[in-house]
Amino acid sequence: MSLLHLAIFSPFLMAILIPFFYKGFKSIHTGWFVLLLPILLFIYFLKFLPVTRNNEFVQESFDWIPSLGISFTAYVDGLGVLFALLISGIGSLVVLYSIFYLSKVKESLHNFYVYLLMFMGAMLGVVLSDNLVTLYMFWELTSISSFLLIAYWYDRERSRYGALKSMIITVFGGLSMFGGFLLLSIMGDTFSIRELIAQSDQLVDHPLFIGALILVLLGAFTKSAQFPFYIWLPDAMEAPTPVSAYLHSATMVKAGIYLVARLSPIFAFSSSWFWLVGGVGIFTLFWGSFNAIKQTDLKGILAFSTVSQLGLIMSLLGVGAAALHVDFLDDNIYTLATIAAVFHLINHATFKGSLFMVVGIVDHETGTRDIRKLGGLLSFMPVTFTIALIGSFSMAGLPPFNGFLSKEMFFTGMVQLLELDIFNLGTWAILFPVLAWIGSVFTFIYSMMIVFKTFTGKFQPEKLEVTPHEAPVGMLIPPMILAALVIVFGLFPNILAYSLIQPAAAAIIPSLVETGEKLHVHISFWHGINLELFMTLGVFALGALLYVTLNKWDKIYRLFPGKVTLNVLYDSALYWGEKGSSNLTKSYMTGFIRTYLVYIFVFFSGILAFTMFSKDAFKMETSNLASIGLYEIALVVLIIASIITILVAKSRLTAIIALGAVGYTVSLFFVIFRAPDLALTQLVIETVSVALFLLCFYHLPKLSRHEERMSFKLGNAVISLSVGIIVTLIAIASHSNKLFDPISQYYIENTYEKAAGKNMVNVILVDFRGFDTLFEICVLGIAALGIFGMIKLRLERGRANENK
Amino acid sequence: MLELVMKISLICLTLSMLGLVYRLIKGPTVPDRVVALDAIGINLVAIIAIISMLLNTNAFLDVILLMGILAFIGTVAFAKFLEKGEIIENDRNQ
Repeated sequence: MSLLHLAIFSPFLMAILIPFFYKGFKSIHTGWFVLLLPILLFIYFLKFLPVTRNNEFVQESFDWIPSLGISFTAYVDGLGVLFALLISGIGSLVVLYSIFYLSKVKESLHNFYVYLLMFMGAMLGVVLSDNLVTLYMFWELTSISSFLLIAYWYDRERSRYGALKSMIITVFGGLSMFGGFLLLSIMGDTFSIRELIAQSDQLVDHPLFIGALILVLLGAFTKSAQFPFYIWLPDAMEAPTPVSAYLHSATMVKAGIYLVARLSPIFAFSSSWFWLVGGVGIFTLFWGSFNAIKQTDLKGILAFSTVSQLGLIMSLLGVGAAALHVDFLDDNIYTLATIAAVFHLINHATFKGSLFMVVGIVDHETGTRDIRKLGGLLSFMPVTFTIALIGSFSMAGLPPFNGFLSKEMFFTGMVQLLELDIFNLGTWAILFPVLAWIGSVFTFIYSMMIVFKTFTGKFQPEKLEVTPHEAPVGMLIPPMILAALVIVFGLFPNILAYSLIQPAAAAIIPSLVETGEKLHVHISFWHGINLELFMTLGVFALGALLYVTLNKWDKIYRLFPGKVTLNVLYDSALYWGEKGSSNLTKSYMTGFIRTYLVYIFVFFSGILAFTMFSKDAFKMETSNLASIGLYEIALVVLIIASIITILVAKSRLTAIIALGAVGYTVSLFFVIFRAPDLALTQLVIETVSVALFLLCFYHLPKLSRHEERMSFKLGNAVISLSVGIIVTLIAIASHSNKLFDPISQYYIENTYEKAAGKNMVNVILVDFRGFDTLFEICVLGIAALGIFGMIKLRLERGRANENK
Repeated sequence: MLELVMKISLICLTLSMLGLVYRLIKGPTVPDRVVALDAIGINLVAIIAIISMLLNTNAFLDVILLMGILAFIGTVAFAKFLEKGEIIENDRNQ
């Protein structure tokens, strides 16, 4: 247990203390206590930067379940430290923001901060784990704590719906991912990611490779809200805004990105990886930005914009995989895509976090997030407007903000694909830059919508519940810090280049980075006049044109009928899944014992017949048979006659008596097969049970005492015949297959010698195998007590009397 | 000689048993069946006795005694059932 482990577990430990702070210090907002921890963690993780700068790493390990090879290995490299800084840094800002956002009086703050700290710890665990099993454990913890946070206002229907939806989808992905992890561990015989990466060149040819790849990607796509699994993210916007800002823009949704980046060294050699990650990412980019425009809720726009930006990062990671396939390593321009992915990851966390906080402020100060009701807030909230402007322009990719740089690098990465001639890319490659460009145009439009529809235009005070005014300063500080970062990273991108971006990119494509070497990272403002610049200018021009004419063409969104969205698909899948399984269960669980007996007997005879047939097990040997005497034949005739009587008897009384006759004939069989004890017992028991049958018969209710013959059913006849035939065949076959001599010789020799008895049956019952007898006595005792209880204990009758 | 006689009598007993079973199945009224059952019980006593002679063992004499008792008890119970509709009367209520 090192300091690093303590850092990962500290949010969990803190979460235990939160309720005590909440109850003990009523006058202080609980968030102030929480705030210390992420700040401390941020400072702690900053200490790793000098180590990771040189592409080195820190690894600490302690055994968890050593017998299964599961240890909790904490591992800090460039990628891990980047994410850890994002988590703790934005975590501090979100906690600070939530102190002012959430009311001390009205909200149950202890719940909120316990969930938030659980989430923070889980997220740190995800990004710093080297062991696949611990990674999965923390992964599911993020799902659970996210579920709790989305349903924080659990008395709202929409919150519960959103929480359930995100839970179902992310846990589905999480379980698939676990399957992928298990396949990986089977392939590589280890749970350690680093050891798997070390043998990645052998893993590609393994037959389980594709299965592991798809399962792991399912996990990453569901968590990172990629197409078609993005549908949970817009519904997760029912969470409090600090949660949306933290989980659903900066951290949790990037867990899938992290997973893809972390496992790229293992999977990226496969062309399926390139196609799936790149293709799904670029389509998600387009689809998310296209759908963001029709939203009227600010958080809805931001949710779809998050989906689209995550698609952008994902596609860059996919395209970055192409770098592994080109030979000329000295000037490998394809590594640029990976660098762009890392850079945009940082940028997105900064501007999206600030935008969510802005939306939270607008919501907090006006009481609505609907852009149709908002407008003209500029004069009331100048600071908020400035922050929103910076965030949105950065998201749209305008200079001089950081979004411009990463957008340029994104276009470069996509355009480079045109020069690539692997994976039969051919003409398909043109789709990547085209989709990227169209997606960017839509991104531009919705970014403008966020700023201008909210802050400019006509002020509509009659639609607002409260008079808008500027937010308290504490609420403005966190988004201001983020907006400041947007500008700083925009103007001086190279302060990130070798401290954060290079180590993270090197961790994603380690096979391209030789020991002691570094990737070449240069982010410059001015690329010269090239295709990417014209693409960006085109985005601005077309985007501005389309934004101005928005009213004229937003009818195209009405072209799609509302019934063919993925949400409807999800809802109806749930509905039909529930209804279908209910119908299925109802169709075979009829509630009639006779139906279940039919299943049991059909299965019984079917499986035995199949086994007999497939194993060719039937064998009939006549050499060890005894001769048949006359009285055996007579008794058999007698017993068959009685049984047929039972079956065809019209009256139940006849059937009972015939059953008695069967019992007595059986005791006669015991006599001629020389079993006096059995015969004695059988006679007595048969008499008693016939008497009991008569008792039951007598107490039948008058109404249903129909004296009629059992009706003939062909199905029942076939089933009973087949069961009888199967059992007979098995009896014959097993009698013909006696492999060993019975052990009865021992009893014959030792009954008197060792046990001092002459009656062998009784000696076996009470001496050689007395334990069976003991528990048979127990059975009889239980039966007797049960009967007594059933007769005497009439709780229902007493209750019925009380009701009267 | 003795064995032959015993076998013949066993066959006779079996035949009479079959006749009784016929009555048991056919028997138009319940008392017919009860009497047939009682007779079957006694017949069984005889059969068991002859079989134990054939098997040359005295291990089944208990069975014979028990058979007699059970046939008696069973018939009495049936008779009471047919007479009163109840075998064990609950006198406490009276």
